[in-house]
Amino acid sequence: MNNTILQPEFLDTFMPMHVLYDSEGIILHIGPTLEKMRRCVPFVGSSLSDIFSIHDDGRGTGEGPVPHHAKLYIKFRTGIPTQLKGMAMPVRQSDLSVLNLSFGISIVDAVADYRFTAGDFAHTDLAIEMLYLVEAKSAVLHETKQLNLRLQSARFAAEEQASTDMLTGLRNRRAFDQAFEEFLRRRTTFALMHLDLDYFKSVNDSLGHAAGDAVLREVAKIMNEETREEDVIARIGGDEFVFLLKNLTSPDRLLNMARRLIARLEEPIPFHDAFCRISGSVGIATTEQYRHPTAEKMSHDADLALYSSKRGGRALATMFDPELHSGV
Amino acid sequence: MHGMINRAIQCFVTDTYGVQTWQRVTDSAGLEFANFEPMLNYRDQLTLDVLGQAARELKKPVETFFEDLGTYLVSHPNLEAIRRLLRFGGENFVEFLFSLNDLEGRAKLALPDLEVPSLKVENLKDGTFRMTCMGTMPGVGYAMVGVMRAMADDYGALVFLEHAGWKDSGEEIITINLLEATYSEGRQFELAGRAVG
Repeated sequence: MNNTILQPEFLDTFMPMHVLYDSEGIILHIGPTLEKMRRCVPFVGSSLSDIFSIHDDGRGTGEGPVPHHAKLYIKFRTGIPTQLKGMAMPVRQSDLSVLNLSFGISIVDAVADYRFTAGDFAHTDLAIEMLYLVEAKSAVLHETKQLNLRLQSARFAAEEQASTDMLTGLRNRRAFDQAFEEFLRRRTTFALMHLDLDYFKSVNDSLGHAAGDAVLREVAKIMNEETREEDVIARIGGDEFVFLLKNLTSPDRLLNMARRLIARLEEPIPFHDAFCRISGSVGIATTEQYRHPTAEKMSHDADLALYSSKRGGRALATMFDPELHSGV
Repeated sequence: MHGMINRAIQCFVTDTYGVQTWQRVTDSAGLEFANFEPMLNYRDQLTLDVLGQAARELKKPVETFFEDLGTYLVSHPNLEAIRRLLRFGGENFVEFLFSLNDLEGRAKLALPDLEVPSLKVENLKDGTFRMTCMGTMPGVGYAMVGVMRAMADDYGALVFLEHAGWKDSGEEIITINLLEATYSEGRQFELAGRAVG
């Protein structure tokens, strides 16, 4: 077999990035792909260490003869600093060695820097498959990112347009304002009821937000039970609720309803091994109290009635009274 | 910071300390959402706020938080993928250490905008190893200590690791003392990701 394997044709085909050198480190032949990387460098006849810096895993100075059998990390001393992987083996019954190189992770940059084609790699080399994977992965990644951005903005938009308060399932302010305008436009007779929870803050402070959330859900349940299907209930602040009660304008009936609601809110709400105790204050205005009811005026007046409930010692329901509350 | 990194922090906190702890962290950090998406990018300050609040919530120094995070990334069953990718580094712990020189390049092949620290591992004359770590986040060297400690267990190596401080340039130095390369069995690893046997 007398070194037929060292015929340039063999090495160039199977290892297009090899270096054949002698015991002095003088280069005798290099593969065509390696040659393509430095067209102006006179490889043959030069010393290996003049052209390359070669380190092994010890990451020593890179001086001295190139170690055989070891994982090598190689760079050109000049020009584009492409990082190469390599391995060197001695050729038996000669003073020659073969150093074979490949790109490793620098493959993507190298292909761009040196304008390689498929023909520059051995047919058995995985380089092309690697490039293919990287390209495919990048395309998929790009699509995934675009999809994520689209989903995120869709989500923001959906939240913007949502009409439900996430926590309680009641309507939110936006939906409430729409319903309010709708009621007024259709000249429906109705009552506007403002309800603030009392002592809710102390539940939050002493038992934590989770307890607060549980209380709000229970409160919403009670409100749904104490009102009718056609009524509109919304949570418009942390512990602020508003009601539109259709065709219900009798002060007696409204105050009865409000007091029943407050009584139920005062029933202790269990949370883990504690009980949460809250109450509510209510203020009410009805369309009957105005010649031309507007949302702004009714809200203002229901708030005035609510404040007198709070001033009166909480847990009260108050009808707006133009004589009592005017001039404020 | 890449969503992957933020997501890792979130998973670490929720898997280790529970969802409620994570909610307190996001609340106090002023996040307007509960979950990080792995494939989105976030402002760096957001990540720093979350880290600071998490350390405060758990009452530990940020350094310890980072180290525990590093250990978690490699050892938690939910993140088997990361352990596997690191095991591609080599057949023993020393090879693994040297493969960390390529970690940044390898990671960038997969996710070009992922902020992976630049690592340099050298073998010193006295037989110890020195890692120089330059990250986009100060303290990331502590996370690397956690990663290497868990990987040593994985390979069955007995090591002594120490964060040896910072250089003026911002690089962190970690010393690695390999006491015994095959101290225990270590964990099984096959190149093929499909369950074998």
